[in-house]
Amino acid sequence: MTFTLSGALRGARACAPIAASGFAIGLVFGVLARQAGLGATEAALMSAMVFAGAAQFVVMGLWASPVPVATVVLATLIVNLRHLLMGAALAPYFKGLSRLKAYGSAYFMADENWALAMGEFGKGRRDAAFLLGGGLLICASWTTSTLVGGTLGNAISDPARWGLDFAFTAIFLALLCGMWRGRRDLLPWIVAAAVAVAAEKWLPGQWYILLGGLMGSLAGVVRRAD
Amino acid sequence: MALATYATRVGGLWLASRLPMSGRVEAWLGYIPGAILISLVAPVVVSGGIVDALAAVAVVTVALRTGNLLVSMLTGVGAVLLLRTLIG
Repeated sequence: MTFTLSGALRGARACAPIAASGFAIGLVFGVLARQAGLGATEAALMSAMVFAGAAQFVVMGLWASPVPVATVVLATLIVNLRHLLMGAALAPYFKGLSRLKAYGSAYFMADENWALAMGEFGKGRRDAAFLLGGGLLICASWTTSTLVGGTLGNAISDPARWGLDFAFTAIFLALLCGMWRGRRDLLPWIVAAAVAVAAEKWLPGQWYILLGGLMGSLAGVVRRAD
Repeated sequence: MALATYATRVGGLWLASRLPMSGRVEAWLGYIPGAILISLVAPVVVSGGIVDALAAVAVVTVALRTGNLLVSMLTGVGAVLLLRTLIG
């Protein structure tokens, strides 16, 4: 694996449409954070430092004065547990690289640039900076849009009205189409989908992502064994 | 929040880089991306009703034909917008 500027630029270019829809979602987050009592700068700071959309939205639902710190941190942990699996999948590609590059890149690992990077590495293109480039662009867009949303206030309050709530589902679906490696993926995908749908129905919060990912990936290996 | 998030981002990478890279471990890691993405998407499509399901079909069709992420995303957003207006 290499780690070059041109790899980072490739990652940024590939993530441009994602950064654009992320901008719209960030506007909404800024508005919500403002309603929950955060200042625009505070909200933007949260976007830059936490940089985890799902967790931030969940936490805004829990925000109160005084801030329930323990609850907020616990919710963040639970929502983000899927990152453990995602980071594990990256490990083989960052093996020979320095710690600064690996753990620095990990700070900017969001669902979208991670998924694109896995697709990229899977096709045999080996520049690990792809993840960082995409992450930096998304983080910049996410932070700026939070600031703008927090400043503008209520102008945009309902992303569903514009179909924007479906943007990320569409991106994930399109990425999935490129990840199909043939029949061996069938069983893991079915297991993951079934577990995720059931878990989303019966369990609170975001456990369904972690459970589906874990069960699906394990199903692939278990079948391989026999 | 920032620390909790970063811990999850680094934790998996750190743990997995300490695992012995046997064939099975690598095979397992290779199955993770698809399984995670399916898990993110399946509940939305299933619980979103007919509108989300039809939009999902449109996205998959376009993605398989063009392989273009931006076009696929715009198709999805456009389809949802159109169908919600038509069906409500």
